[in-house]
Amino acid sequence: MSEIVDILISASFWAAVLRIASPLIFATMGELICERAGVLNLGIEGIMVIGAFAGWIAVYAGLPLWGGVAVAMLSGMFFGLIHAVLTVPFGLSQHVVGIGITLLATSSAYYAYRLSLPEVSSPPRIEPFQPIDIPGLSDLPFVGPALFSQTPLTYFAFFTVLVVALVLYRTPLGLALRAVGENPSAVEAQGLSVTALRMGAVIVGSGLMAVGGAFLTISAFSSFFFEMVNGRGWICIALVVFGAWSPSRALLGALLFAAFDALQVRLQQTSYGTLVPYQVFLMIPYILSILALILMSRRANVPAALMTPYNRGER
Amino acid sequence: MTSETAAQGDPVLRLSGITKRFGALVANDGISFDLARGEVIALLGENGAGKTTLMNILFGHYSADAGSVEVFGQTLPPGQPGAALKAGVGMVHQHFTLADNMSVMDNILLGTEPLWRLGLGRRAARARVAALSRDFGLEVDPDETIAALSVGERQRVEILKALYRDAKILILDEPTAVLTPQETNALFLTLRKAVALGLSVIFISHKLHEVMAISSRVLVLRHGRLAGSVVAAETDRQKLAELMVGAEITPPAPSKATPGAPLLVLDRVATEPQGQRPGLHDVSLSLRAGQITGLAGVSGNGQGALADLLSGLALPTEGSLEIVGERVTGWSPRAAIAAGIGRIPEDRHRTGTIADFTLTENAILETYAQAPASRRGWMDWRAARERAEDIIAQYDVRCPGPQTRIRLLSGGNMQKLILGRVLQGNPRVIIANQPVRGLDIGAVTYVQNQLIKARDAGAAVLLISEDLDEILTLSDVIHVISEGRLSRGFPRGTMKPADLGQWMAGQGFDHAA
Amino acid sequence: MRLEAIENPTLARSLGLPVLALVATFMVGGFLAMLAGANPLLTFGLIVKGAVGSKFALLETLNRATPLIFTGLAVAVAFRAKLWNIGAEAQLYAGALVTILIGTKLALPGPLLIPLMGIGAMIAGGVVLLGPVLLKTRLGVDEVVTTLLFNFIMLLLISMLLEGPLKDPMGMGWPKSEAIPRNARLPRLVEGLRLHWGFGIAILSAVVVWVVQTRTTLGYEIRAVGLNAEAARFAGIPVGAVMVKTALLSGGLAALAGYSEVAGLKGNLTLDLSPGFGYTGIVVAMLALLNPLGVIVSAIFVAGIFVGADGMSRAAEVPTYIADILLACALLFMVLAILLTKFRVRKG
Repeated sequence: MSEIVDILISASFWAAVLRIASPLIFATMGELICERAGVLNLGIEGIMVIGAFAGWIAVYAGLPLWGGVAVAMLSGMFFGLIHAVLTVPFGLSQHVVGIGITLLATSSAYYAYRLSLPEVSSPPRIEPFQPIDIPGLSDLPFVGPALFSQTPLTYFAFFTVLVVALVLYRTPLGLALRAVGENPSAVEAQGLSVTALRMGAVIVGSGLMAVGGAFLTISAFSSFFFEMVNGRGWICIALVVFGAWSPSRALLGALLFAAFDALQVRLQQTSYGTLVPYQVFLMIPYILSILALILMSRRANVPAALMTPYNRGER
Repeated sequence: MTSETAAQGDPVLRLSGITKRFGALVANDGISFDLARGEVIALLGENGAGKTTLMNILFGHYSADAGSVEVFGQTLPPGQPGAALKAGVGMVHQHFTLADNMSVMDNILLGTEPLWRLGLGRRAARARVAALSRDFGLEVDPDETIAALSVGERQRVEILKALYRDAKILILDEPTAVLTPQETNALFLTLRKAVALGLSVIFISHKLHEVMAISSRVLVLRHGRLAGSVVAAETDRQKLAELMVGAEITPPAPSKATPGAPLLVLDRVATEPQGQRPGLHDVSLSLRAGQITGLAGVSGNGQGALADLLSGLALPTEGSLEIVGERVTGWSPRAAIAAGIGRIPEDRHRTGTIADFTLTENAILETYAQAPASRRGWMDWRAARERAEDIIAQYDVRCPGPQTRIRLLSGGNMQKLILGRVLQGNPRVIIANQPVRGLDIGAVTYVQNQLIKARDAGAAVLLISEDLDEILTLSDVIHVISEGRLSRGFPRGTMKPADLGQWMAGQGFDHAA
Repeated sequence: MRLEAIENPTLARSLGLPVLALVATFMVGGFLAMLAGANPLLTFGLIVKGAVGSKFALLETLNRATPLIFTGLAVAVAFRAKLWNIGAEAQLYAGALVTILIGTKLALPGPLLIPLMGIGAMIAGGVVLLGPVLLKTRLGVDEVVTTLLFNFIMLLLISMLLEGPLKDPMGMGWPKSEAIPRNARLPRLVEGLRLHWGFGIAILSAVVVWVVQTRTTLGYEIRAVGLNAEAARFAGIPVGAVMVKTALLSGGLAALAGYSEVAGLKGNLTLDLSPGFGYTGIVVAMLALLNPLGVIVSAIFVAGIFVGADGMSRAAEVPTYIADILLACALLFMVLAILLTKFRVRKG
């Protein structure tokens, strides 16, 4: 047990928690926006892959890092647009289209990767975002190195949660978004466009998912690998449920989840690591996600119109 | 083309030559009328007469193939939802358009502010909503979530939504369908206040006496055309009814019942509430052979729980359920069917049929697992088809054939298939939940007469309806349900609508039940 | 815009739109080939040649189609009941695992092992899907996410076993299992041709599923539950039990893909047994409009594109991932085309 305590009281552990949580936060917020508007976006996994690739290749091609973030976001919004068109005005099965988008976005990223770098056996590295110390705060003992010495994208992730929460609960736009996921005819009857709100939510949400993917390549790992997203998108869908469709609770879920993930990586290096096969540790995130879904199944606050397409004038 | 000019002054709303086709069907055929300031007109018509299509055109959900809508002299752009709202037209839909998980305030504010700004301006809005509530007699707690409100309160929120947007013209689509007689009176009071303040009202309904009570003019729609326009004071119910259906209508008049033994008995039964639907409390009920038992009540007061219980979908948590003297244990839909309970569900689209199944497949939905439809797990499609053909012939189901998908049928024909499916099993007990809702008058009469016929043949019929007139016409004995409690039975002719309305509002239950 | 149901779609509409979907797919493919600096027509020519251009190519395509028929059937059966089984990959590996366990640990004669491995695999696949389905019917947990997550858990479990108890001591350190004995392998369908009995079992399975769906009460129940679970429950169909039966059937079919790959083709179990056959099964099923017999055709078509793209990329500078893009596009275009055969788009 003392080994676990040692891990938990080290600042580097908590710094890692924030780092691991960052891509999950972006993508979870993206999915949350889509679902609050009533659209399940199973394209998330593929959109994270395309975001990871697009952000990285843009930086590799000479764009500044924030340019990479913007390119990643645009790539995500493009696939979000496809998902939105097929599921909102055409009202196709959100399950089937979502899986299709994941297949399409993933294979597009891989194709583009092979096309742009046909010769290489291992992907080139870029210079990723570096940690920035927040003046004053980063000098605090323990808390400083743990929380205030992160890359700009991590700070941006937390800022995103704030913005999403603010928009959802403190603006007319957020009111309309929440209403459209609950009862689209309420929105239509008040003269707003269900189609525009839902499509907008899916497109913006997909952009955020792609930034989550880009975090992996231009903030965390500095390279693009196949299968680097590795189910993170699916985990984020579980996190949205776990967070009961509330931004703050989803953030909490992402942090909790990242803490377990950071812990399992460190436990592998302890005496536990020699006792238990490493695969067991790697399974923990997926098992936790399923447990989270089971735990929240009875209490979930699911938007009433989630996965229900809306055809105008039909009641 | 028929036309009708307003009584006085410039019209606030003018519809000219509205025509709308859906494929071969002409839903609206050259409809024109005017609405004056401070006027209440009633739009009367059967289901399928084109009332809803007309309103959808007015609100820009559909665009008309021909014709125009003018509000205060300005022509509305076609097919733009929101244009009518901005011009000052407010609509209270029959199916409320409220987000259940949000507060009254948020529902009222929705869409009233530009989307892209910070803050919702709840404080300033609150004062206005309070003032409107007071002026129009629309009492409701602005901070309550919609889910916690009664049906009557929800309707008040809908009216407040329109008033908050400065609506000068209020359109109410079947507003009384879900109200007690007392609540209906309160609504009429509100409407009269509105008219006194200079608003104009279009009141859509198929209830003749209400139309007579509230409106100054009555426009009658039939088969998509304006069949007539009459001054309310100069007409009577019989004339309106004839205009509406194009012929004299004879409501079913059941002969005196000869009740037999109790076939289904509930003794002090309670059930779990389901989400927002209340459960049953201490309900005792006896359905006797050869008798129609009517269940009156405002929607959402436990009718669903009772229907679910008797249909086999729910189990009692307390008390007992006996069928022909035998106490029921392993209860399920299949057990209910086997016990001789015929079930006509409330929602024929969602529960009664499977839209993408053929008539044949729908006809055997309750009997597919036994001969002749199947043997040892193997379907006998020929036998299934014969059964469907029997029902089609015997119950006058108009359709291209048994292999047609049922979604292509009208509501009336769909209901006839369900009716045939139920009656072919010769049920001892029939649970008919809203059996004629949304049907045209021909189908209504057909279904009601079939229920009477089944009664005369010795079945115990439970008729659940929100339409008090229907209950009063058909029932040999009437119970009222309110918040999951059941009144004692009132024999035919012993209660006036207003008395039943008091029970529906929950009065009289305290010690009497 | 608004969608309006078409009562009686014309034949031209019913057939033309799906064809148009395939044409659109190949137009995207042509564009992608041009991006790679290749001639689109030449590229497609090479794909066709690689898929069916020789006896060897054709057999390779049929071999590749075999697991896809199984996973396609698994998805088709499940989706009919609106059971969103995205976990065919996990069920495939469960089947492969049990095939290896029975084949290498039980010292029985080959003719006995062959059916035993198949039955064991089917049970394993069914059980793997049962978990998510019970979570769905009992607790309302969405099965899409749970089946997806199970894919990752299953792969890690296999990896753990292949590096632990199941590791082949002769494997020179590679994570792979021992091979099942020669006489426990699925025999060749035709002597001398590289096509094993797995293909035959796949065709047979498709026919069986088709008969179940159209001729039995179970098939009727599955369709009723899928089209309208509420009406089905009201009519007395035991929805939960139907879901469980569907899960066992679907999981079992996906597991047969693993069984046939191990017992028919590879002989042992490795971590790259399936290059996403489970996920591709979704495309196969959707292209077949969930029709079990159509699955055979669409699986061969999909396999042809994969095998053809492999051959093509050796000759032209177009990455093989073009095949995955083509299939994703085909899926999306096809669901749209099917919708437009039933509804027309109207303004206002």
